[in-house]
Amino acid sequence: MADHTAVLTALADPTRREIFERLARSPSPVGELARELPVSRPAVSQHLKVLKSAGLVTDHPAGTRRVYSVDPAGIALIRDYFERFWQQSLARFRAAASHQIQEET
Amino acid sequence: MTTQLQATSVTTGVDVAAPAEHAFRVFTEGIGSWWNPEHHILQAELAEMVFEPRTGGHIIDRGTDGSECRWARVLAYDPPRRVCFSWDINLRWQLETDPAKTSEVEVTFTPDGPARTRVVLTHRHLDRHGDGWEQMRDAVSSGWSLARFAEVAARR
Repeated sequence: MADHTAVLTALADPTRREIFERLARSPSPVGELARELPVSRPAVSQHLKVLKSAGLVTDHPAGTRRVYSVDPAGIALIRDYFERFWQQSLARFRAAASHQIQEET
Repeated sequence: MTTQLQATSVTTGVDVAAPAEHAFRVFTEGIGSWWNPEHHILQAELAEMVFEPRTGGHIIDRGTDGSECRWARVLAYDPPRRVCFSWDINLRWQLETDPAKTSEVEVTFTPDGPARTRVVLTHRHLDRHGDGWEQMRDAVSSGWSLARFAEVAARR
């Protein structure tokens, strides 16, 4: 589980949020992000470092480059929340659907 | 890509003792019969829920004071096999008007014999809600739905 303060600090910056959202859509190397954003390559690297230490993104080597992507652990809170939400909701749905079929027969 | 999709989505399912047509109808038009009435973002009490049965329709919560909240857009409506709708609520439990910041729910209904249906729900693109994690943390520790969830789970 990521440190929440680090997560919030990391996402408080609009450029970092933009980088995070781009990586959520598709994993990219530093150079590609720098080309698409109005910030320098060293600045992108610095932002990635912050995102990485917050546990929001992860990187892996691909040939001579490093490709950054959203770290699954960073989104764990939202996933946990909705998993429980839907398990509970579907249990209610199952009860309703089965109950109604019993009434009809 | 597959890993990334899994990382930003959740999937859960139930088996329903009913034909797919029935399960589909209860899930959609009958949403008010099973949805937890505490789960809404209206100011007033929830009076009714309306699931407009067509692609391009909405899921609408109506309050006892006549207020209305269209919190989902019906993205696909293919009875009795599949329904897909947007989740236009942000992590602060407010209506999200920017579609780029909304997630998506897909539900499939697969017959398993004449009177059983496997219902699988996938809530995807959860990363699009990316900038409200503080609220989510609070919701996870003390929020409205988990109290009830814990209650139900404890009874089993």
